[in-house]
Amino acid sequence: MNQPLIKARDLHKYYPVKSGFLQADKSLQALSGASFDLYAGQTLAVVGESGCGKSTLARLLTLIETPTAGQLTLDGIDVSMAADAATKKQLRQTVQMVFQDPFGSLNPRQKIGDILQEPLIINTNMTAEQRKQEVLTMMARVGLRDEHFHRYPHMFSGGQRQRIAIARALILKPKIVVLDEPVSALDVSIQAQVLNLLIELQQEMGLAYVFISHDLSVVQHIADQVLVMYLGKPVEQGASEAVFSNPQHPYTQALLSATPQANTERKRQRIKLIGELPSPLDPPSGCSFHPRCQNATAQCKTTAPVMEQRGDVSVACLLVK
Amino acid sequence: MTTTTATPSPAATTSQSVRQQQWREFWFYFSASKTAVAGLVFLIGVILVALFADFISPHLPAEQYREFAEIPPAWMEGGQMRFFLGTDYAGRDMLSRIIHGARLSLLAGCIVVLLSASIGIFLGLVAGFKGGWVETIIMRVMDTIMAVPGLLMALVLVALLGPGLLNAMVAIAITYTPSFVRLARASTINEMNRDYVTASRVAGAGPLRLMFISILPNCMAPLIVQGTLSFSTAILDTAALGFLGMGAQAPLPEWGTLIAENRDLMLSAPWTVTFPGIAILLAVLAINLMGDGLRDALDPKLKRS
Amino acid sequence: MALLDICNLSVEFATAHGALKAVDGVDLKLDEGEIVAIVGESGSGKSVAMLALMGLLPWTAKVTADRMLFDGQDLLTMSAKQRRKIIGKDISMIFQEPMTSLNPCFSVGHQISEVLAQHFGGSRRSHKARTIELLQQVGIPAAETRLKAYPHQLSGGMCQRVMIAMMIACQPKLLIADEPTTALDVTIQAQILELLVELQQANGMALVLITHDMAVVAETADRVVVQYAGQQVEQRAVKDLFENPRHPYTQALLRALPEHSQGELLNAIPGVVPGQLDRPVGCLFNPRCEHVQEHCRQTPPTRNEDILCHYPLPLAGQKP
Repeated sequence: MNQPLIKARDLHKYYPVKSGFLQADKSLQALSGASFDLYAGQTLAVVGESGCGKSTLARLLTLIETPTAGQLTLDGIDVSMAADAATKKQLRQTVQMVFQDPFGSLNPRQKIGDILQEPLIINTNMTAEQRKQEVLTMMARVGLRDEHFHRYPHMFSGGQRQRIAIARALILKPKIVVLDEPVSALDVSIQAQVLNLLIELQQEMGLAYVFISHDLSVVQHIADQVLVMYLGKPVEQGASEAVFSNPQHPYTQALLSATPQANTERKRQRIKLIGELPSPLDPPSGCSFHPRCQNATAQCKTTAPVMEQRGDVSVACLLVK
Repeated sequence: MTTTTATPSPAATTSQSVRQQQWREFWFYFSASKTAVAGLVFLIGVILVALFADFISPHLPAEQYREFAEIPPAWMEGGQMRFFLGTDYAGRDMLSRIIHGARLSLLAGCIVVLLSASIGIFLGLVAGFKGGWVETIIMRVMDTIMAVPGLLMALVLVALLGPGLLNAMVAIAITYTPSFVRLARASTINEMNRDYVTASRVAGAGPLRLMFISILPNCMAPLIVQGTLSFSTAILDTAALGFLGMGAQAPLPEWGTLIAENRDLMLSAPWTVTFPGIAILLAVLAINLMGDGLRDALDPKLKRS
Repeated sequence: MALLDICNLSVEFATAHGALKAVDGVDLKLDEGEIVAIVGESGSGKSVAMLALMGLLPWTAKVTADRMLFDGQDLLTMSAKQRRKIIGKDISMIFQEPMTSLNPCFSVGHQISEVLAQHFGGSRRSHKARTIELLQQVGIPAAETRLKAYPHQLSGGMCQRVMIAMMIACQPKLLIADEPTTALDVTIQAQILELLVELQQANGMALVLITHDMAVVAETADRVVVQYAGQQVEQRAVKDLFENPRHPYTQALLRALPEHSQGELLNAIPGVVPGQLDRPVGCLFNPRCEHVQEHCRQTPPTRNEDILCHYPLPLAGQKP
């Protein structure tokens, strides 16, 4: 197979946190040790609860922040090596992003046409007429009409705004799109429309998606690979069918059983997760999941597991053999 | 919730009708306050008077009718219709002087607001956007300016620069800058965390583009309100400096100077100080009322569903 | 007699663009100890209807109803003072954002005992034991030590538990939960839903669950009310509804779920929920309905067997 569009090796991101006067600064381990390959036309879903490092991963992939450690290669270019402006520009055109909240991600004081032209103004030398043509073509592709060009974002519904955001992400013809919970702020009937649009665009343009979500039913539908994270660490990773049909890590199992399904027969035989998410500032010793894990042993409290291949998937758990 | 803004009918398509609709919405909220509309109408009146002062004032402002000094207003005993609001110690027509004074006062207000707002907004944007030591330096300087009472500060500056209307305006503008800086910085920091700024960043926008095209237009509403309210205090402070002899110099008919030069006649010819005082009062009141209406119309938090 | 009996409830808002009909002729009957879910998209008026019941709408809202009885008392005619005695004591409500629903300036213990003092009298101190009991009841570990905690020191799930403790403090007969788990993580959502159902069974209260999530409804509710654009389009027992939806909107909504997709693409519903200015003539769902007929485009349907449709889908095993 050809080379992966994203090659992430052991990505880490720490944030320094001031913990008060005369006290040593702590570091917040927002992401520790994410590795994956993503090929054109494939979707990697990153799943987990709040504080699991999903958004940090998105910020690293979109070059808003640089990793503290680890290697990130986008479309064959090592991000840490890209120092000159031209390479940076090229990298930026490779990765684009769609945000969760379609109400916050569009500048309320700009017209749709100006919002969509902005990436072209910054990154290309097109004339105004060419830009407009390009924007109108893209608008038509995501299901917006020409007359929307001169309107302001507040005149659109959530679903239409998300279409605008998708158009903005795709206008530079990127190869990778990071989708940060792209449908979770939308109504059910609109969710399906936007997901369909994303699937069609992926097939047409051969895009690689990094799909960040907490909604497992959506993930199951759209993903090729799944990366489950807990407190900044990957706990399970593998092909979508393998993870969903036979989850190995106790956290994945709990997450799956906690997700409600539109099925009246299935009345709660849930794996109960006790307790809350621990603070990422003060993660538990050993396996960070052990305080909430049903199967935790004495060893789990002291030894941190590492990701190991177990059958079809990689799992970070001492008890999965 | 159902209280979100409604999408317009597909007919409203061109940018012109979009703007029209925004104006209509603005006017709906602004006109909800009758006092604000009254303030606006009065202010428009004052602006017209200032523009056409040469045509409507019955006399030249500096012309002295020595034989008619200290004539009371027309409706008082001994008053004449020629000098409707009376004359001052040198026989100059009060009405003409007040009408021409409107020019100077409005001009002073405009220049002060333009100066302080442009400097303040720029510094505030930079401080909020850059953060770190740039922010610290800008904000500490502003804190220092704010630590001195505004009028006192202006007095000291005028004393340094020398008295005169232009120097007074510069001095007042400097004392007003910190409020704009703080406001602009707070809004900038607020907007910086919004996703649309991140989106522009992902698209590769540079700092200038982010600051002036993405962020600034979204910070304007509170700044416009602050500008209006400073406009009225600027008129007031210019008048105060004029009264203290540090602002506009006689014979310029600036409102504060008018009161100052007739200070000695306060008891014998009270109209010479009363009418300039009333002019200041009404202008400031009108602008403040309008400013309140503007805040209601522009601040989304105060908007009713 | 039903615990709650609402007939033909409508709510209108005065806006810059004229009157906005947020709720349009909603009926709801609720028995003691029953769990009813109200499902709908944003703008379907599901929250507004319940806020109207609580009397919590702003002054721009105009509420009308043929009948609004709670426990035999008429909420429409009673004075504001009498109403306040019922609201908060016999009817309670919890909201979507647990963090903002609690007052950040007071400790959680203080806030709960304040509710007790309000409705039962007595000093705050005397309510301490009851407050601890309530916190234990909603599953907060080490309740004694949490009394002094402030909302910002607790996680979202914990805050929602505190909210629930506060709301069941007066042992209400009816609890309205407005999207109680939407802001929470999946594993916490499961815990909170379980807690609500447990409390509902233990105290025999009725529960109205407002949500947009069909899956939550399927696993929790006894009966479902589906709302669309302010109208109540279908009302059925949960099992029947999921097995055999009869309103085309309900059917489309269920089909749009990812788990019900066939093949790569989902079965999306075309179009958007009508807004204030583009309400269609006839049936409000007609521009998006796949079974639409000419009649639907002209005449608004009337409710028949709790289904608001000219041509309801047939029951299983029945010829149309």
